[in-house]
Amino acid sequence: MSAYILRRLLYALPILIGVNLITFLLFFVVNSPDDMARMQLGDKRVTQEAIDTWKAEHGYDKPLLYNAEAGGLTSLTDTIFFEKSLKLFAFNFGQSDSGRDIGYDIRQRMWPSLAIAIPTLLVGLAISISYALMIVFFRATYIDFGSVVLLVAMMSISGLFYIIGGQFLIGKLFHLVPISGYDHGLEALKFLILPVVVGVVAGIGSSTRLYRTFFLEEINRDYVRTARAKGLRERAVLFRHVLRNALIPILTGVVAVLPLLFMGALIIESFFGVPGLGSYTIDAINRQDFSIVRAMVFLGSVLYIIGLIMTDISYTLVDPRVRLS
Amino acid sequence: MSRACCSLPLLMVVLLSLSACGQPPWNNPYPASQSGENILYGAFTERPKHLDPVRSYSSNEYAFIAQVYEPPLQYHFLKRPYELVPLTAVALPEVRYLDANGAPLSADADPSQIAISEYLIEITPGIRYQPHPAFAKDEVGAYRYHQLDAKTVGRINTLADLPETGTRELIAEDYVYQIKRLATPWLHSPIAGLMGDHILGFKALSERIEAAAPAPVDGERLFFDLRQVAFDGAEVVDRYRYRIRLEGRYPQFVYWLAMPFFAPMPWEAEALYGQLGMKQNNLTLDWYPVGSGPFMLSENNPNLRMVLARNPNFHGEQYPAEGMPEDQAAGLLADAGKPLPFIDAAIYSLEKESIPYWNKFLQGFYDSSGISSDAFDQAVQFDAAGEAGLTDDMREQGIELVTAVQTSIWYMGFNMLDPLLGGDSERARLLRQALSIAVDFGEYVSIFANGRGVEGQGPIPPGIFGHREGEAGINPYVFDWRDGRALRKPLQEAKALLAEAGYANGRDPETGRPLTLYYEAMDAGPDGKARLNWMRKQFAKLGIELVVRATDYNRFQEKMREGTGQVFMWGWNADYPDPENFFFLLYGPNQKVEGGENAANYQNAEFDALFEQMKNMDDGPERQAVIDRMTEILRHDAPWSFGFFPQSFSLHHQWLKNVSPNLMANNTLKYRRLEPSIREQLRERWNPPALWPLGALVVILVVGAIPALVVARRRERSRARSDAR
Repeated sequence: MSAYILRRLLYALPILIGVNLITFLLFFVVNSPDDMARMQLGDKRVTQEAIDTWKAEHGYDKPLLYNAEAGGLTSLTDTIFFEKSLKLFAFNFGQSDSGRDIGYDIRQRMWPSLAIAIPTLLVGLAISISYALMIVFFRATYIDFGSVVLLVAMMSISGLFYIIGGQFLIGKLFHLVPISGYDHGLEALKFLILPVVVGVVAGIGSSTRLYRTFFLEEINRDYVRTARAKGLRERAVLFRHVLRNALIPILTGVVAVLPLLFMGALIIESFFGVPGLGSYTIDAINRQDFSIVRAMVFLGSVLYIIGLIMTDISYTLVDPRVRLS
Repeated sequence: MSRACCSLPLLMVVLLSLSACGQPPWNNPYPASQSGENILYGAFTERPKHLDPVRSYSSNEYAFIAQVYEPPLQYHFLKRPYELVPLTAVALPEVRYLDANGAPLSADADPSQIAISEYLIEITPGIRYQPHPAFAKDEVGAYRYHQLDAKTVGRINTLADLPETGTRELIAEDYVYQIKRLATPWLHSPIAGLMGDHILGFKALSERIEAAAPAPVDGERLFFDLRQVAFDGAEVVDRYRYRIRLEGRYPQFVYWLAMPFFAPMPWEAEALYGQLGMKQNNLTLDWYPVGSGPFMLSENNPNLRMVLARNPNFHGEQYPAEGMPEDQAAGLLADAGKPLPFIDAAIYSLEKESIPYWNKFLQGFYDSSGISSDAFDQAVQFDAAGEAGLTDDMREQGIELVTAVQTSIWYMGFNMLDPLLGGDSERARLLRQALSIAVDFGEYVSIFANGRGVEGQGPIPPGIFGHREGEAGINPYVFDWRDGRALRKPLQEAKALLAEAGYANGRDPETGRPLTLYYEAMDAGPDGKARLNWMRKQFAKLGIELVVRATDYNRFQEKMREGTGQVFMWGWNADYPDPENFFFLLYGPNQKVEGGENAANYQNAEFDALFEQMKNMDDGPERQAVIDRMTEILRHDAPWSFGFFPQSFSLHHQWLKNVSPNLMANNTLKYRRLEPSIREQLRERWNPPALWPLGALVVILVVGAIPALVVARRRERSRARSDAR
């Protein structure tokens, strides 16, 4: 397994370089270093001299990808791309274009993201699995049909609607929790309820339908028929046999997204005023802060790769037939 | 199964019980410990980029630092037109003019004779800075935190990690120090270029600092004591007096002395933050201000909230005893002579989205709010006379509305370098005048700004010297005065002008096809589509085809800098209440293609000469006459269609007092007074928790589960079907 993981990590290197290059190109197609300087220095009364000074101080006064004036290898290394990318691979994110330590900000802001993402994932899993099992239990009845219609309807509704609707109903109309905001420690609890509820409800439609499919695939297998033939009650068949086997694709899917929980939820964090990594990324894009955008995309890619490796490993753990080679 | 079904309501009940640990209202976003406290609650929508007064130049940044830093002057809170009064200064600066030989000149001397203007500013003794670690000293009087080792610096994450604080008296040297900071290249002051044109020896100072300062270490600029750099442009006279020297005459300079750029900066702050590793740990003046104002930034977490707490060392100030005649009736003079500030703290929470912001305001959790377009109809209605007022719902809630025409302008500019539309030919001028009539900004304001704006008749907004109201103030090329108000000329007149220009029915005589113009738009997103369609229709009224070239703001700016645009819309927000701050946008040497702010690249010799004259004049009939002539030139040449002056509408709750719109002053927090007990009562009344939905949800799930359970039980007890049968 070690060799497999090492190989996967080595495969990840060109992927990360590619992602970094694409991010770099996309960013600089839209923004020039001059634009970035103007964004930091402001629109009013800014002089070209000030822009040039800013670029020189932040290392944006060099060619983007190829330095024609330099010779040999330096023509590639004395560029914005190389100088800004190299440290990333050592997880040294450096400073944002506005002068903040990105690593520190990430460490601070991942906790609010996790505070929402983890309960949303766990509660969502519990509800979706339970609901999917219930539908399977009542398969081919009006309950099954009605539930599928409901789930499709829930899937079709925009996430934004759940957010605004949740804020309106629970926060504004019923006055049960704050509409938005965040705080530290136990004070954070009252702010987490609404985004978690909204996140769970918004995710029920798609996840329950997916899990229902997993369960239905299992329900007609031979081992299920055998279990029934043994005289087991339907509930026991579902929970002891069907659920266990269907959990393999569910768990591997969950494992894949676990690392990405750090990255936060872009819209939910923005609407609920949660200072997580999702809003950090959105803010950086709006402020044209390339250093943060690049760091967050890189981090997201690394976490995604880790998630995929963990998925492969988890297959071997939950299904003994699978061997990594 | 039913247990699983009930997990959601159970979870909600459990979680809600956590929030219910405190007293109602449960939806109170603030800790119970703040209940009844004299704290103002507000919100900010965007993280302030800079809090260092040398760089800060945005209103959202001034909202914080103007409460912390104290420049020598400020604007009177109530008097209009805007009037400068001393803040830390003893009096308004004494100005002395000198000729090229250093001989004094009289105040009314010919500006061309004035080589140097000297501003002598005396500050009030006894003013002390907020408690701050930069001033902390040990037993022997050495600065506690100025010589920290790398290990200690590495452990500091916030200023709270430096527990000891100190203070010292504000002295003239601090003001001079800050002016030197404006010239420091690596601090990137946005006004460095402008001040380089006015303050004596400013550019040379900048070069000297660059040459003398040590090179950065790992990207960090270590402390460089600017006190050691001599500077003729600003020098300390004695402990409480300093002198600023300007090249020539620049009467508008006094307004800059009311802006945070000219606030004092103690060298100790730079000595603290300028240690190696501090910047890496985010400990900078851009994050932790040090001032002598009524408040200090006690918490700076712009991703969540920013807290201004009362500065215990504040020198004291009284609420103004004078104002405008209507201020007495409005209760704005009820606190005359009382010591400032009234509130103990102000907590501003980050609210990026307008909907939660608005709803929390209605629930009483914010003391004041603007009005987004979504909420406008809910809050404001216009009467038959077009006067804005609150809706019944708002009035019942005791909400009050404050409106003010902003000291800013949105205009439609014509690039005067454009061969078709620009230049001083009669043909192009008539075309521009026709377009100025056709594009109905009254309609624009009505559709896209909920009526929050006043059509522009010239470049100067109301409230600034030079603006004329009534018939005398209308643009006769675009408006007629009828029934006591300005009415846009009929479209026929625009068409006639167009025909006179050689474009009858909007057709290009050379091609016979509709004349095509190009509009540079900066709102390329979906929100801007309606605005762009509207603009197309305005041009189509004359038969002109408008091609919209929508792009992002960066590209838009680039086109403006290169002078490649044709028609565009842009805005300007005044730095100070002087007509010079608007006319300079059309001053020839200030063309955008030359790096200035004259985006229309307009140039008119007479206008430029009058501008030179006007900017050096004191307000009075003579200056008004010059302004009238300049306005007439602009109306005739029409490099701009004067668009509109935006109007700000803001709401506040009944418990917030002394709310008077002052669009120039940024340090108005100290005047605000609260009645927290009323706020507490109303919050509780407005936010009773409704538990019935939770009960209803549980009941629905239980009732829904019963038939399911019955079916399940029946199914489990039923016998297996026999397929054979």
